[in-house]
Amino acid sequence: MAKNISFTIKFWRQNGPKDKGHFDTHEMHDIPDDTSFLEMLDILNEELINEGKEPFVFDHDCREGICGMCSLYINGTPHGRTERGATTCQLYMRRFNDGDVITVEPWRSAAFPVIKDCMVDRYAFDKIIQAGGYTTIRTGQAQDANAILIPKEDADEAMDCATCIGCGACVAACKNGSAMLFVSSKVSQLALLPQGRVEAARRVKNMIAKMDELGFGNCTNTRACEAVCPKNESIANIARLNREMIKAKMAD
Amino acid sequence: MAKVLDSKIPAGPVPEKWKEYKAHQRLVNPKNKLKLDVIVVGTGLAGASAAASLGEMGFNVINLCIQDSPRRAHSIAAQGGINAAKCYQNDGDSVYRLFYDTVKGGDYRAREANVYRLAEVSNNIIDQCVAQGVPFAREYGGMLANRSFGGAQVSRTFYAKGQTGQQLLLGAYSSLSAQVQAKKVKLYTRYEMEDVVIVDGRARGIIAKNLVTGKLERFSANAVVIATGGYGNTYFLSTNAMGCNCTAAVQCYRKGAVFANPSYVQIHPTCIPVHGDKQSKLTLMSESLRNDGRIWVPKNIEDAKKLQKGEIQAWDIPEENRDYYLERRYPAFGNLVPRDVASRAAKERCDKGFGVNNTGLAVFLDFSESINRLGLDAMKQRYGNLFDMYEEITDVYPGDFGKEINGVKYYKPMMIFPAVHYTMGGIWVDYELQTTIPGLFAIGECNFSDHGANRLGASALMQGLADGYFVLPYTIQNYLADQTIWGKVSTDLPEFAEAEKKVDAEMDRLLNIKGKRSVDSIHKELGHIMWEYVGMGRTAEGLKTGLKKMHELEQEFDKNLFVPGTKEGLNIELDKAIHLRDFFTMGQLVAFDALSRNESCGGHFREEYQTEEGEAKRDDENYFYVGCWEYKGKGNEPELIKEPLEYEAIKVQTRNYKN
Ligand SMILES: Cc1cc2nc3c(=O)[nH]c(=O)nc-3n(C[C@H](O)[C@H](O)[C@H](O)COP(=O)(O)OP(=O)(O)OC[C@H]3O[C@@H](n4cnc5c(N)ncnc54)[C@H](O)[C@@H]3O)c2cc1C
Ligand code: SF4
Ligand code: FES
Repeated sequence: MAKNISFTIKFWRQNGPKDKGHFDTHEMHDIPDDTSFLEMLDILNEELINEGKEPFVFDHDCREGICGMCSLYINGTPHGRTERGATTCQLYMRRFNDGDVITVEPWRSAAFPVIKDCMVDRYAFDKIIQAGGYTTIRTGQAQDANAILIPKEDADEAMDCATCIGCGACVAACKNGSAMLFVSSKVSQLALLPQGRVEAARRVKNMIAKMDELGFGNCTNTRACEAVCPKNESIANIARLNREMIKAKMAD
Repeated sequence: MAKVLDSKIPAGPVPEKWKEYKAHQRLVNPKNKLKLDVIVVGTGLAGASAAASLGEMGFNVINLCIQDSPRRAHSIAAQGGINAAKCYQNDGDSVYRLFYDTVKGGDYRAREANVYRLAEVSNNIIDQCVAQGVPFAREYGGMLANRSFGGAQVSRTFYAKGQTGQQLLLGAYSSLSAQVQAKKVKLYTRYEMEDVVIVDGRARGIIAKNLVTGKLERFSANAVVIATGGYGNTYFLSTNAMGCNCTAAVQCYRKGAVFANPSYVQIHPTCIPVHGDKQSKLTLMSESLRNDGRIWVPKNIEDAKKLQKGEIQAWDIPEENRDYYLERRYPAFGNLVPRDVASRAAKERCDKGFGVNNTGLAVFLDFSESINRLGLDAMKQRYGNLFDMYEEITDVYPGDFGKEINGVKYYKPMMIFPAVHYTMGGIWVDYELQTTIPGLFAIGECNFSDHGANRLGASALMQGLADGYFVLPYTIQNYLADQTIWGKVSTDLPEFAEAEKKVDAEMDRLLNIKGKRSVDSIHKELGHIMWEYVGMGRTAEGLKTGLKKMHELEQEFDKNLFVPGTKEGLNIELDKAIHLRDFFTMGQLVAFDALSRNESCGGHFREEYQTEEGEAKRDDENYFYVGCWEYKGKGNEPELIKEPLEYEAIKVQTRNYKN
């Protein structure tokens, strides 16, 4: 049975990338604890609008933990919790206590400028993929799918790497603002499969060059990314990325 | 004179039509392709696959989406799988059988030639995706694995854990990204199409809003492709993502594109039930769970009452007191009956008072038998992420031990209830996927053609990708072949200025109402009307009431809406208000269509038309057509145009999942 809780929410307000930004505070009363975090924010917005104020802006879409669109820094943690992978939209109010103060901030990273309030621009991730995160295949030219046999173990592992939803929590959690977990997940997925092998060297070099160019920091192995990833991507991917990079360099 | 729609179905036997079409369709030579621009609105499976393919072919593609990245299109949420007639399982599958099942699943209300083509290209889709590196599930021998889905007796569904849509979309997104890098596709994220621009009777461009700056921008092209998904969010609560809307489709409709079969709305049987009035959306639990889960309610009404009051739990009820009503009513298909059948059966039980949660609107999906047979680990292997997700939302872990009765171990089941999920209706298109406006094409969920009155599992992903990779790239050339004479279309044409002015004035109108009610509060109310009067069971009287209530609520919207902020810069409430304006048009269209169709078929169930056993009663004599609607202005009833259906390769039968 759901119970109701009341709490204080402090949420970040910022009018654009150049604005300094500040926290606003709002008291929330009698919120059923089976409400999701984003539904709680809907209620907040409804209350703000009723007071004639502008709603609090945050990114969200699927609310099922899969699109990677939601991106809130809740009480100092990307997506709000660490014990098991979950996105902000899959966080439920039963995780909070009556009387809590809940702080909500945007991803803070040089590569992800704030658009408004807690909505940030993550297009840098797309640019990294555009630099080479794919296998080149023209529509209609593929051979029969079972012509390439792939060991189940490899396919399963590739699947785990492919699970990354591109949310950017890893970057937000990293003190260097490194995108290594995101990049290495894509590289690992493709490295584990036979498809696209011929362009593997180019792929990894181009993606890493792009990542550096876009202002993401370096990986110093603090593992903060792994701790907050809602899809439990493993830093073993980063080791694989480094191996792919060495291979690529040796081929030069 | 009644209007006639030309579906342009090629002549010849059904299995030969597509080959024939491709052999004779006009081509655009490579030099000319460089001179032609195509706008693709949407980056879901349909839009991304089309944009990538058209870019590869040499056209200049402009591709837009409302999210921050193409990878976040709603297609990403599809869990279950995608069908193809590969027959890798050697279980007797074939193109014909997939075609047959799809037509039957759609209650014989789809266009035969389109569905055959869909089945025919389904195999190419799997090849294409595997080549992109989509990590489909595999067997130990290295071959692709398959599972079975509702409505079929063969295993033809390919899947990537519970994330098939995500993986397929990431595949299409990666091909799209390659074309962006090659500068063949220009991508505009956080852009929303607000209107289509028609010049000399042809679609020549769009007006889009930059959602960050709030500015309107003009885009011109030689053809426009709409791939903006379905209109399920008209119901407010649905399994759709929050951003899903039908604004682009409704604008096309207002500009003269005919809208087909709007009343065909799919209600999915396995969603987490509504628990309060603060809920913003409903979460689907993949249909694949029905492979191992058994659906039941108590046999005795007293037990149901106790469950509703929370006095007993599912696991307190022994085997003999459980009513596995799908297995009882449909012995051949059991828990795997199609979605409309499963949804209605759940509603029927709950309406009779057998619902199992506090609202009385839920049934059990129980894994006890499978866990006893295969072990919890095997269940977790298959459905682990779904079990976790269910626990996160409801605080109950399905599969946790409940109680042992008479030596049988019972585990905690899921609770599920039907919810609005997918819309089979959409913009009317001909065989070439072209709308009634020349140069305007519609693909994926936003067109109507392939699913009839019902959509079987794993067939929307198939259709989106079929349209985008394998159909549109051919058919659009047939249109574009003589379009080079136009050269670049100028955005300075008066039609662009006029369309832009109209969109701008609309934004002013909405901002200046300055009433008292938020967008969401009105949208929720619309949703209640839709669910109550235009939902799972419809009656003529209810539909009329629904229409009246919608009309009144629309007036309330026009008079009492409050949108804070300005049109400059980012304004999420203004964007939602625009969507809601169009949901009103859509909601009424659904009701008009449902009211005109005096029969029950697939997802459209009119309570007056049912058999004695409560099954849908189709009327082929009078309603064997596609119901197409032409816009006649706000508040007016649209005009019905009928596209008669013809079946050559298939004998039309009553749908039967009993034996
Ligand atoms: C939870 C869930 C599970 C599902 N599971 C399955 C399954 O297992 N198998 C299956 O076959 N099907 C499944 N479906 C159905 C299937 O996912 C969808 O029907 C399909 O993905 C729709 O694809 P689409 O490309 O047509 O549209 P979408 O993926 O909805 O894409 C729409 C695109 O249009 C853009 N857009 C929308 N409006 C505008 C505008 N005005 N201007 C600019 N851009 C705009 C959006 O940004 C987006 O890019 C599922 C659906 C849901 C909701
Ligand atoms: S690696 Fe994890 S945290 Fe980083 S983008 Fe992917 S899913 Fe998000
Ligand atoms: S809203 Fe899609 S992952 Fe959270």
